[in-house]
Amino acid sequence: MRCGDFRESYAEDMSLFESPLPRVLLSGLLLFLLVLPQFATTYWLDVLNRICIAIIGAVGLNVVTGYTGLISLGTAAFLAVGGFATAAMAGKAGLPFVIVIPLSGLLTAMVGLVFGIPSLRLKGLYLAVATLAAHYIVEFTATHWDSMTGGVNGISIPPAQFAGLVLSDDRKMFYLIFPVTVGLLFFTKNLFRTKVGKAFVAIRDQDISAEVMGVNVFRYKLLSFAVSSFIVGVAGSLLAYQARIISPENFPITLAIDYLGMVIIGGLGSILGSIFGAIFITLLPEMLRLGTDALSNQWPALMQLVAPLKAGVFGLVVILFLIFEPDGMAARWNHIKAYWKLYPFSY
Amino acid sequence: MPLLRVNNLILHFRGVTALSDVSFEVRRGSLHAVIGPNGAGKTSLLNCISGVYRPQRGSVHFDGADVTKLSPAHRTKMGVARTFQNIALFRGMTVLDNLLIGRHVHQHEGVLSGGIYYGKARAEEIAHREVVEDIIDFLEIQHIRKKVVGTLAYGLQKRVELARALALEPRLLLLDEPMAGMNAEEKEDMARFILDINEDRGTTMIMIEHDMGVVMDVSHRVTVLSFGEKIADGTPEEVQGDPAVQEAYLGQVQG
Ligand SMILES: Nc1ncnc2c1ncn2[C@@H]1O[C@H](COP(=O)(O)OP(=O)(O)OP(=O)(O)O)[C@@H](O)[C@H]1O
Ligand SMILES: [Mg+2]
Repeated sequence: MRCGDFRESYAEDMSLFESPLPRVLLSGLLLFLLVLPQFATTYWLDVLNRICIAIIGAVGLNVVTGYTGLISLGTAAFLAVGGFATAAMAGKAGLPFVIVIPLSGLLTAMVGLVFGIPSLRLKGLYLAVATLAAHYIVEFTATHWDSMTGGVNGISIPPAQFAGLVLSDDRKMFYLIFPVTVGLLFFTKNLFRTKVGKAFVAIRDQDISAEVMGVNVFRYKLLSFAVSSFIVGVAGSLLAYQARIISPENFPITLAIDYLGMVIIGGLGSILGSIFGAIFITLLPEMLRLGTDALSNQWPALMQLVAPLKAGVFGLVVILFLIFEPDGMAARWNHIKAYWKLYPFSY
Repeated sequence: MPLLRVNNLILHFRGVTALSDVSFEVRRGSLHAVIGPNGAGKTSLLNCISGVYRPQRGSVHFDGADVTKLSPAHRTKMGVARTFQNIALFRGMTVLDNLLIGRHVHQHEGVLSGGIYYGKARAEEIAHREVVEDIIDFLEIQHIRKKVVGTLAYGLQKRVELARALALEPRLLLLDEPMAGMNAEEKEDMARFILDINEDRGTTMIMIEHDMGVVMDVSHRVTVLSFGEKIADGTPEEVQGDPAVQEAYLGQVQG
């Protein structure tokens, strides 16, 4: 039984895990996930990979929106930048993924930096509109720059390869996507217990105070956009490698809204929340499809309803969370954890 | 050379004159009080010194350098720290995190080293945690270090804000009514902390305070403002005996 705890050094007090138990559980979970693909069907491997990519994208968006308090509707655009950069570097230039993925992230970070400039003057809804403009600029560019992006027809991407290793199917891709996801999760978690991440949160909470504490608000807002877009750009890169063909149609504004839904449902300013939200929003249409598939014998008309149903349920869930649990699934999880920590003396 | 020199500051807000031609200086190591009736321009003066307001005319010199045009963050890096009349803490964060942000200007971690954490960043975080813990011990707020600031009582929040300013290890500390809204016991504690900071740490301070008893007890020099003008400047005794000061205070209901 775990009943309270105490620490002997600051290092211990500052560690990522509150006690050895979560560390063991997490290692177990990671191990389980590593062997899972050996037993999963192609369908579930695809879903698993898409969940991982969504987790990366949601964490990236959470950096700028959840942790720094700057609303961004540019997620789909940044995914597109990462994706098309990957198409160009892997396809046209034939570069290996170990170079393509980080470079795609860096390129997206630079684009994000530029689109973050309005945040120095604008807040809230106004900033959201400015990032919306960014979205349409990217969409327009992707649609019309045929020689680079393939235009409306899209562009295909060769399988990810490196030194003779070719990741030709979803199972092999998983062993690229999964470690990148875990690595970025740890990276972001660490970022928020050190100087830069704390400065982001300070800006969100009280920007004048942050400035008076010596945080260069101007620089750190841009830095937040850059870090966030880097992470989203990596997600876009992996998405391109996994989908093998992308076109501007894959990055509609509704995708950006899906990602906002993930961080709201999961929890703004929470890594764990990004994970929950990404899993939930990715699985939602799959569950609806499985459900309607099962019922389609009796009611064939149901098959046409998957898309509108998804939109409806998505909207409903976001609204319910905003009303009943504005801090998202992560907060719910923490309540449950706190309850068990002192069980059975929960009061 | 004085640590701070303010020359002929003029600050208007659409017709309202907050400061008209205010000059004064603060010596190194001094505990300098600024007093004056409500609306006299005390907070505005502090805002000009920390960079939150830009005066229309005049200049601010810190440690010999003209800082009039520098941003608040830049002045903080040079060693100016402050607290606010209406507490401006990061309400959603714990006391510890608030104080750790006070270490921002002393930290060297970047995105990469911070994200990787183990190694350089970790050693640095531990070192800064130790500095912050010293301040926590000094201000006797150990019991609330993991509490979210927004949940604390007003008097404690004031103390946390002082702690956060101290975490900057400033050379000039600006306190805007650090004892406002406190009960007698809390005031006494705060006065003791302020004296200790000035004497043990040698920090130069400017303190705005309405409680005359405290001002006369602790401060080395006093500057008096009234309707945006400096009407007196001197030791507590000199200022207390000044007819202009008595008039300014008698002319209105004591605040
Ligand atoms: N941001 C602002 N916008 C408009 N007017 C302001 C602003 N800040 C201060 N003033 C005005 O400047 C004058 C001086 O205000 P200030 O807050 O400096 O006084 P104070 O001496 O700190 O008073 P108090 O003892 O009530 O805190 C007041 O008339 C105030 O209304
Ligand atoms: Mg004031």
